[in-house]
Amino acid sequence: MLLELRGITKRFGALVANDHIDLVVQPGEIHSLLGENGAGKSTLMNVLYGLYDADEGEILLDGVVQNFSGPGDAMAAGIGMVHQHFMLVPVFTVAENVMLGHEQTRGGGRLDLEAARAQVKEISARFGFHVDPDAVVEDLPVGVQQRVEIIKALSRNADVLVFDEPTAVLTPQETDELMAIMRQLRDEGSAIVFITHKLREVREVADRITVIRHGKVVGEALPTASDAELASLMVGRSVELRVHKGSPQLRDNGLKVANLVVTNEVGTVVVDDISFEVRGGEVLVVAGVQGNGQTELTEALLGLEHNVSGSITLDGEELVGRSVRRILDEGVGFVPEDRTLDGLIGEFTIAENLMLDRSDGPPFVKAGALQLPFRDRFAKEKVAEFDVRTQGITTQVGRLSGGNQQKVVLARELSRDLRLFVAAQPTRGVDVGSIEFIHKRIVATRDAGVPVLVVSTELDEAVALADRIMVMYRGTVVGIVPADTPRDVLGLMMAGISPEDAKGEVA
Amino acid sequence: MSADHKTTQLDAPLSETTRTVTLVTWKTVGVLLVVTVLYALLLIAVPHSGDTRFLLSQRSDFFQIPVIVVPAAPFAWACGAVMLAVTAVAVVLTARGRRTPLWLVVIYSLAGLAGFLAWAGAGSPRDLSIVGLLGGAVLWSVPFVYGALGGVIGERSGVVNIAIEAQLLGAAFTAAIVSSITNSAFAGLFAAVFAGALVALVLGLFAITYHVNQVIVGVVLNVLVVGLTSFLYSQVLVPSAETLNSTTRFASIPIPVLSDIPVLGPVLFDQPLPIYLMFIAVPTVWYTLNRTRWGLRLRAVGEHPKAADTVGIDVVRTRYNAVLVAGAVAGLGGAFYTTVYLSQFGENMTGGAGYIALAAVIFGKWDPIRSAFAGLLFGFASNLQNVLSVVGSPVPSQFMLMVPYVVTLLAVAGLVGRSRPPAASGEPYIKG
Repeated sequence: MLLELRGITKRFGALVANDHIDLVVQPGEIHSLLGENGAGKSTLMNVLYGLYDADEGEILLDGVVQNFSGPGDAMAAGIGMVHQHFMLVPVFTVAENVMLGHEQTRGGGRLDLEAARAQVKEISARFGFHVDPDAVVEDLPVGVQQRVEIIKALSRNADVLVFDEPTAVLTPQETDELMAIMRQLRDEGSAIVFITHKLREVREVADRITVIRHGKVVGEALPTASDAELASLMVGRSVELRVHKGSPQLRDNGLKVANLVVTNEVGTVVVDDISFEVRGGEVLVVAGVQGNGQTELTEALLGLEHNVSGSITLDGEELVGRSVRRILDEGVGFVPEDRTLDGLIGEFTIAENLMLDRSDGPPFVKAGALQLPFRDRFAKEKVAEFDVRTQGITTQVGRLSGGNQQKVVLARELSRDLRLFVAAQPTRGVDVGSIEFIHKRIVATRDAGVPVLVVSTELDEAVALADRIMVMYRGTVVGIVPADTPRDVLGLMMAGISPEDAKGEVA
Repeated sequence: MSADHKTTQLDAPLSETTRTVTLVTWKTVGVLLVVTVLYALLLIAVPHSGDTRFLLSQRSDFFQIPVIVVPAAPFAWACGAVMLAVTAVAVVLTARGRRTPLWLVVIYSLAGLAGFLAWAGAGSPRDLSIVGLLGGAVLWSVPFVYGALGGVIGERSGVVNIAIEAQLLGAAFTAAIVSSITNSAFAGLFAAVFAGALVALVLGLFAITYHVNQVIVGVVLNVLVVGLTSFLYSQVLVPSAETLNSTTRFASIPIPVLSDIPVLGPVLFDQPLPIYLMFIAVPTVWYTLNRTRWGLRLRAVGEHPKAADTVGIDVVRTRYNAVLVAGAVAGLGGAFYTTVYLSQFGENMTGGAGYIALAAVIFGKWDPIRSAFAGLLFGFASNLQNVLSVVGSPVPSQFMLMVPYVVTLLAVAGLVGRSRPPAASGEPYIKG
């Protein structure tokens, strides 16, 4: 089916998310939509899928203008979507999720689960998916959950398939498998829209590339274009894709973690007996697919987890069992993985957010009273130092872009005397320009002799920043390897294969 | 490594590959310990002597079971010993990192109950009727069970039905008027269903359409209906009580043969229609929620409304449907007050039953069948007071009035295990 978007415009208040976007996707091709976070890719697809009404423009399928009043219409017309945040009900089984919305029933209004199971098995077999129709979705690894999303779309005979940032949660190997699936679908005649901001994947799988910046189509490219060309098209200027750093100057101080076990509230061991060391002057990157214990590890370091055993020592002092306040006072800086949830208070101003962790005494508070002149002077300094693009320090943090929000978090955490810096997903949802800046600050912190622990699910970032890489899988440490370890080996390690076996397999 | 190896690894559920440990809490042990101590203190502080007579069958019964007579004090202390033993076992289990099984808690509760009844009925010349105890429990559980079903249906769709109390009271009031005017208990029942749904419609309007905080709307509705019914009661019902507030009630319908079964017969099979309806309603609600399209969509909307939206399910309509049905079911419970229990409406006559029903929803972990049993437990606690006053127990009735609420508190605080409410419960769905 031929998909055409003509002059799609979508506004949110004063913000123009999509500005007269034209796009043509032919059957039997993979059309990649490349753009930074916030460029308007997902908005465009939500318009296509009937989740948003376009303010202007029209959608055509095989030359016929469509009027979607909701996703139901879009699906009926043959558009299927694999959402970035899976649209699956976690407590339902695979079959229940696949049948939801177009259920068949038998006598007495009883759901025909048999039919749904058969359909899951049939599609599963066609693509070699190995998905059990009776498995509960929340028990499945994310890679398999994504296949359930694909099965869901295919079970409705979708001819146009939209993949919205599908590789964000996958290991490199799972990504390769997904690409193979996309090619197979293309060869069967589907029109595929592949939304991403990852250059490597675009060049690998796309037949055509459309680049979007600030809600506008800024150009088309061929898969043969270089990374640098695509990146400059995407960002609007030439960008530095590498991180410049010298060899680490190791010091004696540092963080030592020994036999750390973290158990969550339902009794699952999420960090399973791990030991490692980060010395002053080096960056240890914790790599791995999201949800393999990295979050809990960083939260345990900060004292946010309850069921913790083992030991965490910083320059010889034990941190396990201490309150968050006392751990912060030891000189631990922390960038949480979800800044809008745990890092900032969106309704507060930049100045207020910058002093959130300093409200217990001088110089920010004296005799219980906020020292506003001091706070404002401090905030102005930090805004300048960290290049936060804002109208002023009284702007609400929630109104800033992702990159500028992250700079505020970084400014707050790096403006204390640190003995350990922990940054979880420091560049997630951050524009390329800000990524450069954030990476430079992290390297500067390391060069100042502070032990730095970075959690990243992006292999490119891990390789670029790390002096050493520690890969986590299902709560355990698969191995700690040098930063120049081949990507294939790291990818296999992220699927739980030991470094030795992984090297053997790649070689 | 072969490709097969990799896929099997990826396809294995997390629970099989991630280590888990059993986390135990001392909460259950704490509750058992506190209750045991309170029980012992009661026996020591207010000793009762004499015999207690447990009556198992009624005069009219076909099969006659002799009255069981026990010496109160020794029996009560024996029960206390059982409670202590269970508590000790629970302490040992918890210390070893294992959970206390439910059957132990059941034994504990039965022992405590038997001991308490023996103590309370000691020395009374009258018999303590087990049939009255259980039959009354079933009767008293009616508003709790219907209310809990209404709560479960609403909350599984993502709308917290705090307004159960308002639905019960509004339905009781409406049923009283309609039944009095028409001289038909059936008409009253239908009117009650209608009234319950009407209250739910107001809840839905604010909670679903206008995204107002559901807890606040629910509480406001509860207060509003108390005020409204009290006002109308004093202005309309009291002046013309003869025509507007003397209802026709449902008579008990004994089911042939089944009602002759000793003890259970009169408890389960000699009841008025709304109670038989309740026996049918509980499994029906379970079936509808878990085995039909309507139920699947309702649960999807309560767990992940956006996912439901993206497959073309109208979230708003599904929630309205659920809330209206929830209100109608709760309305059946309200009809109990004026078409089964009494033949007139009284000011604020539900007295917080809706809140107990809400507790039953949580105690029952949002499952219709479990919640119904929780409602039955709370009904039993409510009925205890009536039975003991018949026996002429020396326990002050004001004290007994507290029992249902104390039981509710203990049950919800101490004994309910880990439970997970529907993920989108209380969350308004805002598109985009």
